[in-house]
Amino acid sequence: MKVLIPTPLRQYADKKDAVDVPGATVGEALKNLTTSHPDLKKHLYNEDGKLRAFVNVYLNDEDIRYMEKENTPVAQSDTLSIVPSIAGG
Amino acid sequence: MLEFKQSDYDEIRRHGEETYPHECCGVLLGTMSEDGDHRIVSTTVRCQNTRDDRPQDRFYIDPRDLVRIQRQGREQGLDIVGFYHSHPDCPAQWSKTDFAEAHWIGCSYVITRVDKAKSADTNSFWLRGADEEDKRFEDEPITFVAVAQQGGVPAPAQAAVPQAEVPKK
Repeated sequence: MKVLIPTPLRQYADKKDAVDVPGATVGEALKNLTTSHPDLKKHLYNEDGKLRAFVNVYLNDEDIRYMEKENTPVAQSDTLSIVPSIAGG
Repeated sequence: MLEFKQSDYDEIRRHGEETYPHECCGVLLGTMSEDGDHRIVSTTVRCQNTRDDRPQDRFYIDPRDLVRIQRQGREQGLDIVGFYHSHPDCPAQWSKTDFAEAHWIGCSYVITRVDKAKSADTNSFWLRGADEEDKRFEDEPITFVAVAQQGGVPAPAQAAVPQAEVPKK
């Protein structure tokens, strides 16, 4: 499946804007992504191994938090988007 | 350095006037130089401020909008290079909340002060650093792309614009 990499994280993904990874679930796809590009890991996960709170992961147009989170099944034709949040005051 | 077309710059300032006394927010799509030091805005995308509880001093962009904008930009060969929002009746300087909520390292964060529904100063801040623990905002200059001037007096970049597209007086 295709994982879209946001601008700030491309420097840790060989400057690619998208990476193709295998995996049957969102978690597997992300694990394969961070295995092939290990520098991405600390930017996506906290010290407890959980996705950082400000990192949104969308399967096509759906937030995985409202699906089965990292256990959400994926198809090879799906697109996973990593989108850090935007907020302020 | 952040580079705008004057029309895009005017558009984000106008957005802040229209949403006053609430904060506006949006995305800057464009390109980055190879070394990341220079961001060129090709277009701006308005977003809804979804902080309905206190829109006068907070903003939040629905990540679903960001997914859509990121995808549309990619189809046009454009990247998200920054974001903008307004500070109604407050300085065009980043706040503690802006800093805490800034996660797009390498991107520009543009802030416009809007006084009584009229845009005042606009500043840009470049979010730099190796990671969340190291991030910092740096002041950065805003520059403008030379474009055709209305009335047919060409600016330097005019040479690349077909004659048929030059606006008539």
